[in-house]
Amino acid sequence: MTVAAIDRAPAAVPAGLARGRGGGGPASKRVVVAYGFWIFILGDMVMFSALFAAFAVLRNSTAGGPTGAELFDLRNVFIETMCLLVSSYTCGLGALSAERRQPGRFLAFAVLTFVLGAAFLFIEVSEFARMVEKGAGPSRSAFLSAFFTLVGTHGVHVAGGMIALIYLVAQVLAYGLPAAVLRRLLCWSLFWHALDIVWVGVFTLVYLMGDWH
Amino acid sequence: MTDRHEHVLDDRTPGVEEHESSATYLSYTVGLALAILATIASFVVSQTDLLWPPGIPVGLIVLAFAQIGVHLVFFLHLGSGADSTNNILALAFGVLIVFLVIIGSVSIIASLNSNMMPMSQ
Amino acid sequence: MLGKLSWAAIPFNEPLPLLAGAAVCIVILAVLLTVTIKGWWPYLWREWITSVDHKRIGVMYVVLGLVMLLRGYSDAIMMRTQQAIAIGSAQGYLPPEHFDQIFSAHGTIMIFFVAMPLVIGLMNFAVPLQLGVRDVAFPVLNSVSFWLTATGALLINMSLVIGVFSRASWWGYPPLSELAFSPDVGVDYYLWSLQISGIGTLLTGVNFVTTILKLRAPGMTYMRMPVFCWTALSANLLIVAAFPVLTATFLMLLLDRYLGMHFFTNDAGGNQMMYVNLFWAWGHPEVYILVLPAFGIFSEVVAVFCGKGLFSYRSMVWATLGICILSFMVWLHHFFTMGAGADVNAFFGIMSSIIAVPTGVKVFNWLFTMFRGRIVFSTSMLFTVGFIITFVIGGLTGVLLAVPPVDFVVHNSAFLVAHFHNVIIGGVVFGALAGINYWFPKAFGFTLDERLGKASFWCWLIGFYLAFMPLYQLGLMGMTRRLQHIPDPSWQPLLLVAEAGAIVIFLGILCQIAQLFLSIRTRERRLDLTGDPWNGRTLEWSTSSPPPAYNFAVLPRVETIDAFWHMKRIGRPPVAPAYEAIEMPRNSPAGFITAFFATIMGFSLIWQIWWLALLGFLAAAIVVLIAGWRIEREDEIPAAEVAQMELAR
Repeated sequence: MTVAAIDRAPAAVPAGLARGRGGGGPASKRVVVAYGFWIFILGDMVMFSALFAAFAVLRNSTAGGPTGAELFDLRNVFIETMCLLVSSYTCGLGALSAERRQPGRFLAFAVLTFVLGAAFLFIEVSEFARMVEKGAGPSRSAFLSAFFTLVGTHGVHVAGGMIALIYLVAQVLAYGLPAAVLRRLLCWSLFWHALDIVWVGVFTLVYLMGDWH
Repeated sequence: MTDRHEHVLDDRTPGVEEHESSATYLSYTVGLALAILATIASFVVSQTDLLWPPGIPVGLIVLAFAQIGVHLVFFLHLGSGADSTNNILALAFGVLIVFLVIIGSVSIIASLNSNMMPMSQ
Repeated sequence: MLGKLSWAAIPFNEPLPLLAGAAVCIVILAVLLTVTIKGWWPYLWREWITSVDHKRIGVMYVVLGLVMLLRGYSDAIMMRTQQAIAIGSAQGYLPPEHFDQIFSAHGTIMIFFVAMPLVIGLMNFAVPLQLGVRDVAFPVLNSVSFWLTATGALLINMSLVIGVFSRASWWGYPPLSELAFSPDVGVDYYLWSLQISGIGTLLTGVNFVTTILKLRAPGMTYMRMPVFCWTALSANLLIVAAFPVLTATFLMLLLDRYLGMHFFTNDAGGNQMMYVNLFWAWGHPEVYILVLPAFGIFSEVVAVFCGKGLFSYRSMVWATLGICILSFMVWLHHFFTMGAGADVNAFFGIMSSIIAVPTGVKVFNWLFTMFRGRIVFSTSMLFTVGFIITFVIGGLTGVLLAVPPVDFVVHNSAFLVAHFHNVIIGGVVFGALAGINYWFPKAFGFTLDERLGKASFWCWLIGFYLAFMPLYQLGLMGMTRRLQHIPDPSWQPLLLVAEAGAIVIFLGILCQIAQLFLSIRTRERRLDLTGDPWNGRTLEWSTSSPPPAYNFAVLPRVETIDAFWHMKRIGRPPVAPAYEAIEMPRNSPAGFITAFFATIMGFSLIWQIWWLALLGFLAAAIVVLIAGWRIEREDEIPAAEVAQMELAR
């Protein structure tokens, strides 16, 4: 953003002005972009919370249909969880490499992150397909509607993130790692970490909570 | 980060590794290890009788919060930096809203449901 | 091939919607033709449509809001008239299936496409100027937000001509809004229009929270920000907190309708009360999103037109933040009668009463500001005084309604209708009109005509009281809301008074239209040459009218609250500072083009033309990807040019 004049001459800010308590003038572009994206992510979390609330309310409305205990395969859930968690780790290492201007390393970690994310999605989609085949699709009962929507929305976010990752890798290949691209990578990794945080909520409240065992 | 107009403020935002090195390979690895531990613990707690059964939901929630905390601190570097107040305040606001929406909805619907007439079939 | 769309969608055999739709189409075509013939398209495209300047975007929002006010008002006068004549054996002129669409459209349009755009537009225009910075944090996103809002407005208006609108009120409660009971496209128009504009609004929330917290002139600590910026911050925090809930709720209803899910259906375990709960978890913060900026406008106006600083800035800030947080803890008062237990009802009843306290603090602060001030009764000040009286009455009836046993009697009656119009018109509309009169000279370089402004105020004030005070009485007499036919003839006299009030409000609107035209015609007489027509206190008045694109050649150094007042007092000599090159973001068509494809996608989803919906979505996504590919998004204005522009001032 346009913070030209003040940023060019920080010494021109008189000492008498209150620097603390928010008096330091406009923040840098990097801080502004990251903070804005953080706010956006918090909004996304609120949307997920409404879906969580709907799931919590409808978790027992199985309408005579299959319950979670009958449908969920916790082994697959564990593998999915590990995939996403490790992808969060590789994402962090990729961000670190980008910060240190190491495009080769960044790309390697980006590929790893993508592969792990793809593995997560593959398992999830297979689970969904299996459930639908058994007649336990989202239109079977309110519980299943809530389950598919909550977990599915998370999955759509993951898929969107992976498309965005391809897009950003293309930018790195085209532009290298100037500040603008770094800012976008920063936002992307914020997003990816946030998705893993949501997943912690999902596997805890959807798959593990309740008498599934 | 060599924007002509980089004006480094006493401010940090989650994930912004500007001039501090709280973001290191070590911090991410420690975070991963802790998160894996928390995940395994969650699965074990829910699938075995290690925890007193009525306490399992509480245990799961505690572990979930712990793991989210690990993510926030080790992956998002929340709290590091001279003035991360804005970010933590924003997070607190978000947490408050999430809490109100989920707990509020669940208790309201529970109250409403309990006053519904019994189903005929 | 064309989904559910066919020629039958156009109401050829229903004269009223056909005529109304035809009239709207003719007006739109006339406007487009005029612009084309006069050759204004290049100018409009360059200076307005692709603009990412917060001042331009703010003006466009306000224009959208005022235009949609005409549509919303038309719905209102139609309903008033129907209720005034359809009594006893008379059936009126609006059959139920039309009347239902009209009250649904009236509420939806007034809240989402009149009140929100007016408030967001004024925040857009004023906040960066008041903060002493050049623009919002994300200017291109700002443009996207505006055009997505316009898309929503366009879709709703299309329902007038092609198809029908929802009959399920502006809330869209299931099971009425489910496929089983609303199989036509009406509810789909409602849902898609609001989902798309909702994205725009959420992005605005992100934009302004970031701007206010991270972009302020040097020295402007939090406690030196103008009160309008504090209220804007609170409102935008509420947007970020509440709109995602609405998005999720509408998503669930859409999934029910389109994919046969069972969130809110009668069968397979759906829970309709969950919709009501989630809708109002958004719905209550929404009304504070609308009214908090209005409170901020009144704080600015009252300080300027009483020649005193606002009384007790600190308590104003704390009251604002208090309202912000509390507004998320009261939402159940919209459905006391749905059957929650007494304990739950009591909790929310008490919280709803408590939230009146910080509002009361604000009212007293305004009154104490006026006390011993040198009051200038400009149009804006008249709206402020009118607001204080009117809003307090409306607020009092709100506290009445906050008591569950009282609410059990008057829920969804005309009493409730009177209450919320009382606070929305008295608060939000008066605030918007005060703000428009206040900041118009800053935006356009000349003031609005005062006489017509005052005339419009008196018409609005008198019209409001005539139109809505009878409704309180009618509610207590047993009249419910949304009645297409009046069963009790004893209600007619009051309904006729209400009709008269609606007509007086229309006179107010006419006065405003006249005010606009006359002011433009005679603008040479009321030019604002100093940039400070009202002897203002905040930083926007330190710029020229209209301000240059970059707002401030050199960002001001702020040392106190009411920074500009302080600068005027210490008589800072006009030192020619060392100008530097200024980076300004380039205009971008991304917002407009994305919204264009979003319109296509929305329309196609409504009519279930799947291939076109997919194309629209992909095209919009591609626009986003293309716009995001650019690394350099700014142009530089060289220092010499800046110096020239400042000298010419």
